Amino acid sequence: MHDVFATQTTHAGAGGAAMLEIRNLEAWYGESRALRSICLDVRDGEVVTLLGRNGAGKSTTLKSIMGMMRKRAGSIKLYGEELIGCASNAIARKGIAFCPENRGIFSSLTVAENLTLPPIVRDGGMSEEEIFDLFPNLRERLNTGGTKLSGGEQQMLAIGRILRTGARLILLDEPTEGLAPAIVQQIGRVIRRLRERGLTVILVEQNFRFAETLADRHYVIENGNVVDSMTNAEVPANRDKLAAYLGV
Amino acid sequence: MTTIDIKQQPVARLEWEKVALVILLALALIAPSFVYPLFLVRILTFVLFASAYNLIFGYAGLLGFGHAAFFGLASYAVAQSAKTLPITPEIAILFGVFVSAAMGVVFGWLAIRRQGLYFAMITLALAQIVYFFFAQVEWAHGEDGIQSVPRGHFLGLIDLSDNMVMYYFVLGVFLIGFLFLLRVIASPYGEVLKAVRDNEARAISLGYDANAIKLIAFTISAGLAGLAGGLNALSFQLASLSDVHYLLSAEVILMVLIGGAATTIGPVLGAVVVVAMQNYFAPFGAWVLVFQGVIFVVCVLTMRNGIVGVIDMLAKAWVDKSGKAY
Repeated sequence: MHDVFATQTTHAGAGGAAMLEIRNLEAWYGESRALRSICLDVRDGEVVTLLGRNGAGKSTTLKSIMGMMRKRAGSIKLYGEELIGCASNAIARKGIAFCPENRGIFSSLTVAENLTLPPIVRDGGMSEEEIFDLFPNLRERLNTGGTKLSGGEQQMLAIGRILRTGARLILLDEPTEGLAPAIVQQIGRVIRRLRERGLTVILVEQNFRFAETLADRHYVIENGNVVDSMTNAEVPANRDKLAAYLGV
Repeated sequence: MTTIDIKQQPVARLEWEKVALVILLALALIAPSFVYPLFLVRILTFVLFASAYNLIFGYAGLLGFGHAAFFGLASYAVAQSAKTLPITPEIAILFGVFVSAAMGVVFGWLAIRRQGLYFAMITLALAQIVYFFFAQVEWAHGEDGIQSVPRGHFLGLIDLSDNMVMYYFVLGVFLIGFLFLLRVIASPYGEVLKAVRDNEARAISLGYDANAIKLIAFTISAGLAGLAGGLNALSFQLASLSDVHYLLSAEVILMVLIGGAATTIGPVLGAVVVVAMQNYFAPFGAWVLVFQGVIFVVCVLTMRNGIVGVIDMLAKAWVDKSGKAY
């Protein structure tokens, strides 16, 4: 068992300064408190997962980073710049891209229009050709209405369109939920490609077996708090503990 | 591997719409030989007004209930400036568009932070302020309105006092406004606008300022409604309280709903139907409103996406039957 904060300090120290630093993050849905005190660090180029049961606060953490929670407090710093108080659209322009659990495909736009809609926020995003290499299905369906795609294809479109923008931090909220195993594998390959390109990824997952094949580190969230964290190498020794946390 | 320019892929959506628009344009060019030109002018100005309203109602999803304010403001601005200032009609119209768009910025800024019914109520309240302003100020002459507005000479050269000449002048200006609107809808900005309508939270988290996007649409819509109002005032040489009345705001919603919201040709068809109905049913007096009400109820109950929806359905059935690719 690691002390949460000691672990964070060690990991953040090992690979240089943190890209994203979250301290004492709190968030509310109306009167109901969803996040109590989230503290975590993510370094440049890392793939980090947030694990936990339903309702633990994983998605809310991503939404808070993205500025989509109306009521939040604490500190979220991107390269030292405070994001609390920034509007959601301004946060996106700083280079954070979010793929929500419901995918958020625009129903009245075609696949091509959905793909080119997000604004380019920075150089170095993927070209359309590279996105089609990752997701060949999309190439065939460019003129189809966005929500006429299958669930898996919609997920590909939702991920594909944020890769064009040049964002340096990618937030993926349960990208494999409800998808066929072949598509889950394909999304796994994509996340590995993102890491090879030096992008930083925060992945929210219920599917731990999927997450452990991809991530550098894991945070476990429970009741709006970070209750544990470990590197991927430490996972085999902590399997029982993780199973208890996740109820699997 | 070949590079694909995804912008250049054709979009198979409402293909018949373009054909119909071209046919309607051809009809508009020859129609004054058969139909009274001022009736056609009324149709054109209301087509423009309805299309402008469709930008916020259909494409931005904003149910404004006070669009007559922009139509009427420009109507009064054009009438008063053409009557009292030594300016040519096109300058008067530009002035009308400018004041409407400027008021659009202010009203839009006040209203777009609210949605649904609240947005409708705020726009209605603001439009009523405009109505009572023109009912009170002396130079607007209350119920009488500003009458005998001179049509003047286009560019100081072409006399517009002949109805036929006036019609082609209106057609020209109408086309500029209408094509501009089509361009806006088809532009990348238009796509963002539709995205904001579909899922505002997602559009914001992708990096767009939804309020700014909606305010731009509101302003463009107000300016084009002003263009329609200005043309109307100049053609009929009259600016009156009926141009700023809330019934006109309701009528424009009716036109868009009957024709089909969020389509380019819907407001065109809706405006033609409503204006023609008012014109040909005029002998029945106030009964026109009853007919309008009945038609509105029938349309809403039976045609979910207006006339365009019905044509779409028929076109699809025809294609399925003949087995051709649509």
